[in-house]
Amino acid sequence: MKFLDDIIHNKIKPHFDKGGKLEQFYYAFEAGESFHFVTDKRTDTGAHVRDHVDLKRMMVTVILALVPCFLIGTWNVGVQQLSAAGVASPGLVESFIQGLGKVLPLMLTVYATGGTIEAIFACIRKHEINEGFLVSGFLITLVMPPTLPLWQAAMGTAFGVFIGKEVFGGTGMNILNPALTARAFCFFAFAQQMSGDKVWVAPNENLVLNGVQLGESKALLMHEAVSMATPLGNAAKTGAENLPSTMEMFLGTIPGSIGETSVLACLIGAAILIISGVGSYRTMLGTIIGGAAVTILFNVLFDKGTVEAPILGVNWIQHLFLGGFAFGLVFMCTDPVSSAATNTGKWIFGILTGILAMTIRCVNPAYPEGMMLAVLFMNVFAPLIDHYVVGASVKRRLARG
Amino acid sequence: MTAEPKEPLFSKKNMKLMKDPLIDNNPVAVQVLGICSALAVTAQLKPSVIMAVSVTVVIMFSNLIISMLRNFIPNSIRIIVELTIIATLVILVDQILKAYAFEMSKQLSVFVGLIITNCIVMGRAEAFAMGNKPWPSMLDGIGSGFGYGIIIIIVGAIREVTGAGTIWGKEIIPDFLINLGYVNNGLMVLPPGAFVIIGLLVWLQREITKKYEAH
Repeated sequence: MKFLDDIIHNKIKPHFDKGGKLEQFYYAFEAGESFHFVTDKRTDTGAHVRDHVDLKRMMVTVILALVPCFLIGTWNVGVQQLSAAGVASPGLVESFIQGLGKVLPLMLTVYATGGTIEAIFACIRKHEINEGFLVSGFLITLVMPPTLPLWQAAMGTAFGVFIGKEVFGGTGMNILNPALTARAFCFFAFAQQMSGDKVWVAPNENLVLNGVQLGESKALLMHEAVSMATPLGNAAKTGAENLPSTMEMFLGTIPGSIGETSVLACLIGAAILIISGVGSYRTMLGTIIGGAAVTILFNVLFDKGTVEAPILGVNWIQHLFLGGFAFGLVFMCTDPVSSAATNTGKWIFGILTGILAMTIRCVNPAYPEGMMLAVLFMNVFAPLIDHYVVGASVKRRLARG
Repeated sequence: MTAEPKEPLFSKKNMKLMKDPLIDNNPVAVQVLGICSALAVTAQLKPSVIMAVSVTVVIMFSNLIISMLRNFIPNSIRIIVELTIIATLVILVDQILKAYAFEMSKQLSVFVGLIITNCIVMGRAEAFAMGNKPWPSMLDGIGSGFGYGIIIIIVGAIREVTGAGTIWGKEIIPDFLINLGYVNNGLMVLPPGAFVIIGLLVWLQREITKKYEAH
């Protein structure tokens, strides 16, 4: 290690320092350096707080919280593929490897595209490349359907990182959640692949079944054969009838975007986020309350016969388990940058997001899922909410004298 | 009365009136006017061009006429008089389009009529034509029209290529790309696509002029 350290700090680093040949690439170098070694950079002016929970620690915690979603999601992608191919009870490892074959290329594409843009901006803007994108990239992968063509994923990521984050000034300055911006871009740009009412099971042409490799044409045929609606698409048309059981939805063995299907994984993630203090339980609870309130209202109206759309009759508990609601409320609503920052604001933000998400899902027939749009919409209002919460607090204190 | 020194028709000052709105003081990118139609008609190149021409013609003549009448328009009712003049011109343009380019007119539908409420037209009449001579006013009108036109034509071209895969109605995406799985970008057909492109154009414009708002 000493030897490597010597090479990097004394031989390579001077090139990147001020006046060196590769001065403008300093921040690209710095990113790699501080990731692998302890940097020899020291703050030389002013007083500063030294704390273990820095940006890196926070981001790593989020990644840890995302791991269960990633694992169960990947396994589920495999399960969906294999059961679509006719395998009765696919094995755990087999499914996982099968799923990894779809998820890994997607993830690599997302990281490569986003990382490149991030690095370019870091060099131009002269700021450090930080771990923000590790989280965004992970989130982007998990909110995309496994069948998404890679070039579309790359375009979505580019849009999310560029328009969603970098044009506003980079990590911590963005108005919208970059991961959801990326998804929204794909959702509107490539509606055919992303709309969410067609099934997202990816038949793998390299799948070997009973010793015979499934060719491309056969995979395509199979794709047609299983082209049924996702649970949400189903719910919109036929209501509660064709829904998977609540247990299936809880475990996540249903078709859907990679990370969103399993409520269980989201709950584990939520626990990690809340215990470590990275995500706020206020936002999460608020979202659940908002979503539940609206769906209970719809249930009541449906039972009375006031409204007839079948999706309104789906039990509110199932509604909370369906689609990306759980994933969104744990990982998207709690984004410390784009959601509300004050405690009261977090409640308001959460409740309104829940209400909006369920309303869009149930009332608007054009969009099968409302979570993404609701979170993005509320992101825009988050500063406004904070503004008034802070204003009200100031007023109260003044009145107290 | 002393005769004013005669200014050449294309003096530096007059040319500046025409050039300024193109980049330095672009009505869309800097003053953020006329955004409504810039979003609505730019899904394809052809309507964008027609719209750009129509708006330019209207601004040019409205500035000219209002400037000629500026000493006769009573100040208290000037807005309504300006509107009358603009509306007359817009109706003329609309009728001409209906007569000679019916399909286009149908496609642009209400947005030709809405040129009346286009802030650029009204703004130039109020800010420039009411206080300047006819010739500079007309040049200013042409400049503003071009400034608006250049933006919507660029936006229209980008949106048509990325959103529909065509340019001026002709397919330009090569077959092999489509076979590889290329699909058109649906976002660009929707108005938000225009927002994104206009935003990027504003950025580009700021980079060229190096004039940034302080914040």
